[in-house]
Amino acid sequence: MPNQKLIESLSQHEQKILPYLKEKNINEICKKSNLDKVAVLRALEYLQNKNIIKLSYEKKKIITIGINGALYKKKGLPERRLLNVLNEKRILELKEAQEQSKLSDDEFKASIGALKKKALIELNKGKIIFNANKEEIAKKTLEEIFIESLPIEYDSISPEQLHALKSLQNRKDILEIKEKQKIGIEVTELGKKISSSKIKQQNLIEQVTQETLKKESLWKGKKFRRYDVTSAVPEISGGKRHFVNQAIDHARKTWTDMGFQEMSGDMIQSSFWNFDALFTAQDHPVREMQDTFFLDKKDELPEKKLVEAVKQSHEKGTGGSKGWGGSWKEDEAKELVLRTHTTCLSARTLAKLKDKDLPVKFFAIGKCFRNETVDWSHGFEFNQTEGIVVDPNANFRHLLGYLKQFFNKMGFEKIRFRPAYFPYTEPSVEIDFFHPEKEVWLELGGAGIFRPEVTIPLLGKHIPVLAWGPGFDRILMDYFGIKDLRELYKNDLTKLRKMKFWVK
Amino acid sequence: MAVITINRKQFEKEIGKLDEKMQDRIGMFGTPIEELTKNELQIEIFPNRPDMLSYHGFKRAFLAFLNKKKGLKDYKVNKPEKDYQVIIDSSVKGVRSHTACAIVKGLKLDDDKIKELIEIQEKLHVTIGRKRKKLAIGIYPLEKIKLPITYKALEPDKIKFIPLESNREMSGLQVLQQHPAGKDYAHLLAGKAKFPIFIDADNNILSMPPIINSQLTGKITTKTKDVFVECSGEDFELLSKCLNILITTLADMGGKIYQMQLKRGKKDTTPDLTPEKAKISLENTNKLLGLNLNEKELKQFLERMGYNYNKGEVEIPSWRVDILHEVDLIEDVAIAYGYENFEPEIPSISTIGGEEPKETIKKRISKILAGLNMLEVSNYHLTKKEDQFTKMGISKKNEDNFIEIEDSKTDYTILRENLSHYLLKNFSENVDSEYPQKIFEIGRVFQLKSNKIIEKEKLAVAIAPGSFTETKQALEYFFRMINLKIKLKEPEEVLEHFIDGRIGEIMINNKSIGYLGEVHPKILKNWKIKMPVTLFEIELDDVFEALAQN
Repeated sequence: MPNQKLIESLSQHEQKILPYLKEKNINEICKKSNLDKVAVLRALEYLQNKNIIKLSYEKKKIITIGINGALYKKKGLPERRLLNVLNEKRILELKEAQEQSKLSDDEFKASIGALKKKALIELNKGKIIFNANKEEIAKKTLEEIFIESLPIEYDSISPEQLHALKSLQNRKDILEIKEKQKIGIEVTELGKKISSSKIKQQNLIEQVTQETLKKESLWKGKKFRRYDVTSAVPEISGGKRHFVNQAIDHARKTWTDMGFQEMSGDMIQSSFWNFDALFTAQDHPVREMQDTFFLDKKDELPEKKLVEAVKQSHEKGTGGSKGWGGSWKEDEAKELVLRTHTTCLSARTLAKLKDKDLPVKFFAIGKCFRNETVDWSHGFEFNQTEGIVVDPNANFRHLLGYLKQFFNKMGFEKIRFRPAYFPYTEPSVEIDFFHPEKEVWLELGGAGIFRPEVTIPLLGKHIPVLAWGPGFDRILMDYFGIKDLRELYKNDLTKLRKMKFWVK
Repeated sequence: MAVITINRKQFEKEIGKLDEKMQDRIGMFGTPIEELTKNELQIEIFPNRPDMLSYHGFKRAFLAFLNKKKGLKDYKVNKPEKDYQVIIDSSVKGVRSHTACAIVKGLKLDDDKIKELIEIQEKLHVTIGRKRKKLAIGIYPLEKIKLPITYKALEPDKIKFIPLESNREMSGLQVLQQHPAGKDYAHLLAGKAKFPIFIDADNNILSMPPIINSQLTGKITTKTKDVFVECSGEDFELLSKCLNILITTLADMGGKIYQMQLKRGKKDTTPDLTPEKAKISLENTNKLLGLNLNEKELKQFLERMGYNYNKGEVEIPSWRVDILHEVDLIEDVAIAYGYENFEPEIPSISTIGGEEPKETIKKRISKILAGLNMLEVSNYHLTKKEDQFTKMGISKKNEDNFIEIEDSKTDYTILRENLSHYLLKNFSENVDSEYPQKIFEIGRVFQLKSNKIIEKEKLAVAIAPGSFTETKQALEYFFRMINLKIKLKEPEEVLEHFIDGRIGEIMINNKSIGYLGEVHPKILKNWKIKMPVTLFEIELDDVFEALAQN
């Protein structure tokens, strides 16, 4: 930047301190420029940004006087006060000595210790015997000299001072050691030129205010101070949708783009819809309290015809199936649970469908629950997304086609399918995606074609229903770079403010 | 999730090198690799394939898949020899009604094989056995047993034997009360007047299923050559299949299978390894999979999954428990065909997509509030009693109206009935974050009305430091933007967490939809919040309804 422009970019504060850069320290600059320290520091930084000066920071330990230290400096150290008493009496009872010297218990103890160490006194049968002569006690002790020399830089003390420091350091509030940052200023070549430059600022306009605008003469033909457009400004943040919901909105749009209609429904479902309608045997482990949240409440079952069909499907099978055998109990189907998957919404949707509605495609996205402890990879709540395609001509390749498209649109470029098992689908598929950075295949979730034991009771006949219900949290964590599942629900406002938008 | 561990050296010697291609094959067979180390291979076995819960079972199926030994594996089953009998006493009826038994001879067991046997038993117990409820397995050294064997039920105090891992004789009841295995499974015999036992011709008790074997006759060692195997439970078909899984594994370890006569009302012999027959249609297969296979290919693929095929008929191995329907066979055809070989296709059918109208509105609401510089938060639907009641100033005697979940593994034990307490919790956990803090949540709450659970959508907004005016401005702005008219009135009832005289009840068309107010300092103190807070919470279902009427 030519000097002219550079000079025009100096703020008022920067200009004010410019002549005093060679002062010994910041405080001097403050005094001379009549600015407070914060303003000076900021101005110095701006000057540095403009390459006018170079700042160097040096951390220094400074030993200063503490609260008690300041007091003793005035009244004398406790041991000095004790010495003065002893100097008159030579031998004294401990109690008397303390009373006469007017020292507190702690001070008295400390001074006895200090004097003993210097071999000035001896203790014998509760009495203090004073040994030293007058010259000796007239001399200032190392500690006294040290206190007088404060403040002092830690790095510059002599061995004697160090000795005094160590003995005083252990005593309460005599000394205080502070870390201080010393800022060095070096004026650069450019800076020297600027300082000595003849070009001076004249009447540059600082901030444009309402007042400025009121009178043309205040701005017409004048120069504006140049801003350093590259300098940093404080961060701000705006209001926004929670990042999980942003991702859900995106998934919702993806689904509707693909021609899917949204299903929604209750989070509390009867076991009938959550399990039985999905051909999950009543003794299946997922139906234990160990895995699922039960509510100790029961719901009414749907119409009898459907219940009978589901019962038949479980006990004896339907459409050529053998069923699970055993007896199916209505009571267990009535148990209310927090839904363990959104697939219960699919079951409810199928039960309402009519032939004339086909072909039709649905999706759902929402919270599901499982009885889990909470750690970085587990939680008792999770998001799931769900899709079904009800089409008499649907087949396995279509299933893979829809899955591939959905996940591609969600940002997973490379995906693969492999065999899996779910009680209610056959064939079943597990979807993996290739993590480009980690270079491994990671699971996205399950899919399949609903078994006839599911579709016949719900639809009245077997129509292949393509279905998939991958967990959504994995997708979220991957996109937002979250390593700990708990972060999804932590609501750390600082993090929420910083969180990037979903921009896929 | 069942995982089996396989010795890598053994796998490489008997099946093939575990290179990348082989690892891929294992995954694509439907047995994902959990871990592969220098010495061990761990794979997951899905719940529908208990026949692969041992190395030998997996190997049998996998060799067929690799096209190395295809078709149904044949096992020779020898007729019962003299006294190969299990007399089933009618006393077991209703206690543990059925058993299926066999003898396997000529085994050469080493430590690895014994370990495999113990593991497969444990895994079958946990999976298809439903923790021994549906079936329990016993394997005994035949040399310690005097045939024939009787299966009967006795009063617990008449049962006396030394259980495994013990050194003293116990009664049936003592086993349940004192033995570790007894304590674990006592519930399976709870309330029964009699307990089932297997007992030999010398009156030595072999075991008390489904709890434990006897120390005397219940332990297999490397010296054991011949074994007696039994499964007990209620579902005879399941027991027979489980027995078939066990004895074919033993046969694959080098044993010879012998049948036993089961003497009960009618005579029966087990095991029965006759394959089950089922129909498969080429047309159904092609239709479901979207393929164009011919019959020869169908036969090939079925054989690679361990079946025999002949003219539309499939012979299913007697150890497969998962074939309920033709679709199960078709899935196996798909696995043999290879999931990686299917070409994904999107059919050209036309459907109209659309999101739930309520979700569209919720999205708009969130946009309006974000425009007021508010951050959306998202909290759990489960909450803590302390947070919902105690900290909100609701005394114990008034907190009767909540929905508790059973046996939660965390201290989140009830369903939230409002959002406000969660927003205060959010403030409480963010006292170090920059102020002002303006947050909102749109979400589901759960309320109990005359013992019925009602789910509701709600919106709550909280501001810290907040003033009544600012919050009321936000509320009014929000409703102006969605073109609904609201009125605020003094509520008849004071809400515990607000300051009396600074609460407004929010009305749409004379219907109360929520409250706006300044939070009482005592509540802020409970949450350790050092800023004044104002908030409002409204029922969105009423808003949806009002919008629909507009």
